[in-house]
Amino acid sequence: MNMIEVRDLHKTFEKTDVLKGIDLVVKKGEVLAIIGPSGSGKTTLLRCLNLLEAPSSGSIRVADITIDTALSLSKQKRDIRKLRQHAGFVFQNFNLFPHRTVLENIIEGPTIVKGEEPAVAEKRARYLLKKVGMANKESAYPSALSGGQQQRVAIARALAMEPDVILFDEPTSALDPELVGEVLAVIRSLAEEHRTMIIVTHEMAFARDVADRIIFMAEGRIVEEGPAKEFFSDPKKERTRKFLKTILEES
Amino acid sequence: MDEITKLILDSVPFLAKGTAYTLGLSLGSMVFGLALGFAVAFMRLSPLRLLNWPAKFFISFIRGTPLIVQLFLIYYGLPEFGIRLDPIPAALLGLSLNVGGYTGEILRGAIGAIERSHWEAAYSIGMTPLQAMRRSILPQAIRIALPSLGNTFLSLLKDTAIAATIQVPELFRQAQLISARTYEIFAMYISAAVIYWIFSTGLSWLQNRLEKRANRHLRSR
Repeated sequence: MNMIEVRDLHKTFEKTDVLKGIDLVVKKGEVLAIIGPSGSGKTTLLRCLNLLEAPSSGSIRVADITIDTALSLSKQKRDIRKLRQHAGFVFQNFNLFPHRTVLENIIEGPTIVKGEEPAVAEKRARYLLKKVGMANKESAYPSALSGGQQQRVAIARALAMEPDVILFDEPTSALDPELVGEVLAVIRSLAEEHRTMIIVTHEMAFARDVADRIIFMAEGRIVEEGPAKEFFSDPKKERTRKFLKTILEES
Repeated sequence: MDEITKLILDSVPFLAKGTAYTLGLSLGSMVFGLALGFAVAFMRLSPLRLLNWPAKFFISFIRGTPLIVQLFLIYYGLPEFGIRLDPIPAALLGLSLNVGGYTGEILRGAIGAIERSHWEAAYSIGMTPLQAMRRSILPQAIRIALPSLGNTFLSLLKDTAIAATIQVPELFRQAQLISARTYEIFAMYISAAVIYWIFSTGLSWLQNRLEKRANRHLRSR
C-alpha cells in the first residue's frame, strides 16, 4: 500500500519555479532520503507535503487524505489540518514551544488538537521521552536544553500525534557536530520500527545506512532515484555523480 | 500640633476619596482599554481591509491627538449631538479609548514580532489559526509586550489627573479644591504627588514581578 502519492507537484515563488513537476510514491514502512544541492527544492517539496507551503499545482495524498490544487486550498482547510495530523514534521530549528516545558510540548497536540485526556497524553509522552532518551528532562524548558536534546523532544512531539508518516527537514543541520549523532540514533531507531519517513538530509553516510531509497533532486526536479546502496555505489546520471563527488571532497 | 499637620489630617478624607476615584478610573480604563486593545490589534492584523483600516485610523487618531482634547470632545463636544455623559463615565470612556489605542499598537507589534516558525510549529501538529494564536503566539507576544504595557498603565495612572478638567473629583481635583480653600498650595500638591508616586511604585513592582514570571522559561542552562 502506498502511504504517500504526489502527482505533478509544482511550486512557484514570485516568478521562480522551485518545483517543476514532482511525482513521488512512498510505500508504507519505507524510509526515503531526499538529497541534493541547496536550492534544489528538496525542503520546499517536504514543506509542500504537509501544506506548510501551498503548492501551485498538483495533488498530494497522505494516508487517506487527498489535497488537490484543482480545488481551492482555502476550501480544504479541514482536510489540510487532518493531513498534518497524519504527517508529523520535524524542523531544522526544532521549533519547540519556548514557553512550555518538555512534557507540555509533547502533550500539546494530543490534548488541544485531538482532545485527548491529559492523563492519557502524558502517559504516552513519558513513554516517548524514554524512547528518545529524554526521560529525566520532562519539566525542563527548551531554552535549558542543548540543540540535540531539543531536536529529540521535537521528534517525540511529532510522534505523540501517532502520525502515519514523519517528515524530517534537515534535522541535524542546525546542530553542533558533536550533537548530530544522538539525533541520528533516534531517527535510526524509528527506521528500524519500519515507520514511514521522508528525510531531507546532508548526511550522506546516514542516508545510505538508514534509507531504503534515495531521491536526488536538482533544479526543482527529481534527477535520479534508486535503492540506497545502489544509488551511492553506482549513480547513473552525470549530475548525480558530480554532486556526490563535490560532497565527498568536502568531507 | 502645628497647623500644616492639622491641615493635612483634615484633608485626609478628601484625598482618600480622590484616591479612590483615581484608582477606580485607572483600573476600569485598564480593563476596558486592554480588552479594546486586543480587539484593535486583531483587527489591525487582519488581511481584511474592512477590519484593519478602521483599526489603523483609530490608533492613528488616539496616538496623534492630546488626551485632554479627546476628553473634551467626549464631555463637552458630544452633547452637541445629544450624547450627554456624566464626568465619570465620560472619563472612563475617554481613558479606555486612549489606552485601547496604545495597547492595540503594542499588542499588534508584539504579535507581529513572533517568528513565522512558531506558527508553523503549531500548524504542523494540526492546530487551527485560532488555536495557534491562543496556545503559542499570544503567550509569547504578551511576554514581549509586558514592559510596554506596564509603561502604558503607569502613564494611565498619572493621566487620570487630566480627568480633573472635566469635573471628575479624583485625587488631583481634590488637591486643587483644598488648596483653593486653604491656600496651602504646596502641601496639598505634594501630598497628591506622593500618593500618585506610591501607587506608581506599586504598579512598577507588579510589572517587574509579572515580567520575571513570564521570563522564567528563559533562564539559561
